[in-house]
Amino acid sequence: MNIVVCVKYVPDAQADRTFSVDNTTDRAGVDGLLSELDEYAVEEALKIAEANDGEVTILTIGPDRAADALKKALQMGAHRAVHVNDAAIHGSDAIATSLVLAKAIQKLDPQPDLVLTGMASTDGTMGVVPTMLAERLGLPAVTYASELTVADGKVSVRRDGDLASQTIEATLPALVSVTDQINEPRYPSFKGIMAAKKKPVDTWTLADLGVDAELVGLTAAWTTVESFSARPPRQKGQIVTDEGDGGSKLAVFLGEHKFL
Amino acid sequence: MSTTDTFDLYGIDDLLTEDERDIRDAVRAFGVKELRPHVATWFDEAKLPARELARELGGLGVLGMHLEGYGCAGLGAVTYGLACLELEAVDSGLRSLVSVQGSLAMFAIWKYGTEEQKQEWLPRMAAGEAVGCFGLTEADYGSNPGGMRTIAKRDGDDWVLNGSKLWITNGSIADVAVVWARTDERIRGFVVPTDTPGFTANEIKQKLSLRASVTSELVFEDLRLPGSALLPEVAGLRGPLGCLDEARFGIIFGSLGAARDSLATAVDYSISREVFDKPLASYQLTQKKIADMAVELGNGMLLALHLGRLKEKGTISSDQISVGKLNNVRKSLEIARESRTILGANGISLEYSPIRHAANLESVLTYEGTSEVHTLVVGKALTGISAFG
Repeated sequence: MNIVVCVKYVPDAQADRTFSVDNTTDRAGVDGLLSELDEYAVEEALKIAEANDGEVTILTIGPDRAADALKKALQMGAHRAVHVNDAAIHGSDAIATSLVLAKAIQKLDPQPDLVLTGMASTDGTMGVVPTMLAERLGLPAVTYASELTVADGKVSVRRDGDLASQTIEATLPALVSVTDQINEPRYPSFKGIMAAKKKPVDTWTLADLGVDAELVGLTAAWTTVESFSARPPRQKGQIVTDEGDGGSKLAVFLGEHKFL
Repeated sequence: MSTTDTFDLYGIDDLLTEDERDIRDAVRAFGVKELRPHVATWFDEAKLPARELARELGGLGVLGMHLEGYGCAGLGAVTYGLACLELEAVDSGLRSLVSVQGSLAMFAIWKYGTEEQKQEWLPRMAAGEAVGCFGLTEADYGSNPGGMRTIAKRDGDDWVLNGSKLWITNGSIADVAVVWARTDERIRGFVVPTDTPGFTANEIKQKLSLRASVTSELVFEDLRLPGSALLPEVAGLRGPLGCLDEARFGIIFGSLGAARDSLATAVDYSISREVFDKPLASYQLTQKKIADMAVELGNGMLLALHLGRLKEKGTISSDQISVGKLNNVRKSLEIARESRTILGANGISLEYSPIRHAANLESVLTYEGTSEVHTLVVGKALTGISAFG
């Protein structure tokens, strides 16, 4: 059972995140980490691999520092990692990202039985890459899995909606994106941290993948960020003094803001 | 407004290897997510889920992390110190749990035990499935353990233990106690399963310090042990004191964690708290407090790292460990108290950590060798004259 997990190195949400001069996410000036939503995909892959004697490969696209995201996943227990690192990829949109991921996955030997992703990145939060990637790979896509079982060449997934939960089955190979409800990601153990350093990490460029640099990057993006501005600081709250009519004042306030 | 933390100011990361930083970061992340959100409640209610925590810490690899073999991670002294620091940044009680398990109970078995004792206990203790405690101190014998009353008498091949121990961390949740007792000849150590008939542990309540830690009294009444319970490789006070050097070493780093967290809390507060229409941090008195604390904290860290490297080389002496414990605990306690003053009245609430750290450090100042005894150790080292008696 070979599993590939696609992960992203994102700016730490605890830090002061900002944009670069070209209106892309600033990835140099801010400390980054493995996107927390991707940790669930790594954990799920490790659980499946442990139960099925499988191997977990972690795949990421990003600059040099994105190696930190791979390191974390390897510390958690993944077996090997692939880092697609090419300056031409800077500024790529979801369409180009899915292209590069697809080419990287197609280059893997052996080919994966299962591709796992998080439900979205914590920086872009678009959540479209998984289905785009499945389309490019010609794999069935099951998104937002909150439960996942693999048996008899099939994957069975529970998807929780607002009104109902669906159980969906797909034949392997397949792509599944998982939610933050699916598991509790493990902490890397000290042994895992020490072992991670000896695990293989391949670094590939666009040329290695046979991807034309014209198809990726900021200039090839189908959408561009025209401008940005900081969110205005929160206004001070309104203090209502209770003069025996606090209840009705509160009701009026809630009504005005359509909370009722 | 750009802020930096004390260890960044001192460039501490440059003194650490990548592995050391990685493991420190892993313990910090665990502390921030799994411990910090609960610690004020544990302290307030004086209830620590110690056995569950032991399993989680064991899974991480913290327990006995500086020991080789038997499921232990076999890491260096500085790495162990950094883990202690990150745990104590949450609460001294959590670091105490780890110190007692790894540096006292496990270390005693690892260093002085038989192969059978090691095989029986160490892997389970490293995993956190078994909890250990360490019985040396008695009600009337703290700084002078050589006067202990607990006695072990030979009876055929067996030993019969009578007496009691006080202020024993993890005592009433432990599966195994390493107990030191006088015999006809010298002080000897025993590995005592806590389900042995004649063993009783009573938890000490009504503490104002280390409330997020289990502290107990151990009582032994005609407790019968097989000859195989004896720790064969050491006799005399050298045995327990060797273990204490291990635990003290962890405290040299650990106490700085409490100080770092206190200072960071005070700095954050001073920046956001307005007094007379400007941030508390913009007053010179506040900045002096912050700068003085940062200098002591950074200096303490340099000392800890230096001692850590000496320990890794295998050349550290007990005197040097006394210097480290004396300075770093004393300074950390001062930092916690001073941080509390920056928080004003809010500083007495458990919502902020400094008063909790300060209360804890009162115990840390006293246990594992009181500051007075460490002072006299340093005094003796410098003058050649013992002033203990």
